[in-house]
Amino acid sequence: MRAFEYTTPSTIQQAVSALGADSRALAGGTDLLTLMKAHIAAPERLVNVKMLLPRGIEARPEGLEIGALTTLAEIEQHPVIAAGYSALAQAAALAASPQIRNLATIGGNLLQRPRCWYYRNARIDCWLKGGADCPAREGENRNHAILGGGPCYAVHPSDLAAALLAFDAALWVHGRGGERAIELADFFALPAPERRTETVLSPDELVLKLRLPPHPEETRSGYLKAMDRKAWAFALAGVACVLRLSGRKIAHARIVLSGVAPIPWRARAAERELQGAMASPDRFAAAAAAAVQEAVPLRHNGYKLPLTKALVRQALTALTDPACK
Amino acid sequence: MPGAPFAIEGAMTPLRVNGEHVELDVEPRRTLLDALRADLGLTGAKKACDMGNCGACTVLLDGEAVYSCLVLAVDCVARAVTTIEGLGEGGKLHRLQEAFIAADAFQCGFCTPGQLMALAALFERVARPSDAQIMRALSGNLCRCGAYQHILRAARMARDR
Repeated sequence: MRAFEYTTPSTIQQAVSALGADSRALAGGTDLLTLMKAHIAAPERLVNVKMLLPRGIEARPEGLEIGALTTLAEIEQHPVIAAGYSALAQAAALAASPQIRNLATIGGNLLQRPRCWYYRNARIDCWLKGGADCPAREGENRNHAILGGGPCYAVHPSDLAAALLAFDAALWVHGRGGERAIELADFFALPAPERRTETVLSPDELVLKLRLPPHPEETRSGYLKAMDRKAWAFALAGVACVLRLSGRKIAHARIVLSGVAPIPWRARAAERELQGAMASPDRFAAAAAAAVQEAVPLRHNGYKLPLTKALVRQALTALTDPACK
Repeated sequence: MPGAPFAIEGAMTPLRVNGEHVELDVEPRRTLLDALRADLGLTGAKKACDMGNCGACTVLLDGEAVYSCLVLAVDCVARAVTTIEGLGEGGKLHRLQEAFIAADAFQCGFCTPGQLMALAALFERVARPSDAQIMRALSGNLCRCGAYQHILRAARMARDR
């Protein structure tokens, strides 16, 4: 790890003015330090924001607010989230390891960089790091994107982001011009030549908090994740699903995929198959097929199509089981 | 890891390790793991992957298990760090350590301090953890010898004792 200056500003305004291209905000550090140790990131300055940003979970009339510094362990264990936002609790519980969940913050979780082995290797000049091409496209691409790929084929590593998107979360960020709210759906954006990152956050902006809009009590949700091993692995594919049933009719459906695209991937075609339809195995199969209908597998990741379809079907079946609440 | 008071640039970094107050002169880039091992001579926490993948460096920070390789020493000011060296009390082994010996829960032993600290965090919170809670607490710790079944047996022994 290269040497850096470490500053601890006392206000958010000071923190924001200390941020920029050569500096990074430090909260939990579980992703940033791995990037710095691997020489993928070499900031000249770390801005310690651990005293500045909100931490904690609060149920308010306008929705559930989660401070950016709230740890994954806190999200996993919070009774309000366990009761009303199962997909989020499950995503937190399936993320990383206990040691990481005790440190990692939700703000940092949304901003973590991909785990692509080409991206994480400082000797490889991949497209996401400013290079000309993505070596994964023709190379070792078992873990890579089947949706939204190109120019970068890395997949987004967050489990919680998929669940948060499925709950239509918004977030508040603070920059030099003050605070702004942004829908999480607009926060994530496919990397582009002029912005080789997975979010639209500027280097001098801080994520403050998230808000999940209130939802009717009958909302059901879940998160399923396929991994190479049972714990401490990133998703090969995952699905966050939020449903509301009116009898057996699906009144509301959100399907968001993790592990298959450079950003958390809303499967709108799958949602259309479900919206207003009666819950049935055939309908779930149609939704599962729709979820990957635009997928373009690479040489080594074709297995992600049946895997993703199976996860979508399994999530829908479990959530609409009459015995399920 | 929010909530820590701050370190002052250029100043000594005060830490509380195994109940003792220590002052370190470390660069901001010093990880807690390196500070423990190189600056304090506490070599129980092991440096294996140094990337938060293996769990060999697990210590307690304010009672919670963390990978000390992913924590900066300057971020530990005014927080309680507990390492394997501080797990037993009054020269006596912790009941988890006794159980590891009784169950032969190691082969090479390199992962053992991390396994013990991960379990210690659980046993501190839950007096009689379920098997599922034990396995979950250990899910961030690798054992390349594959002594998992013996480690599990040791944790059950410590619980049922």
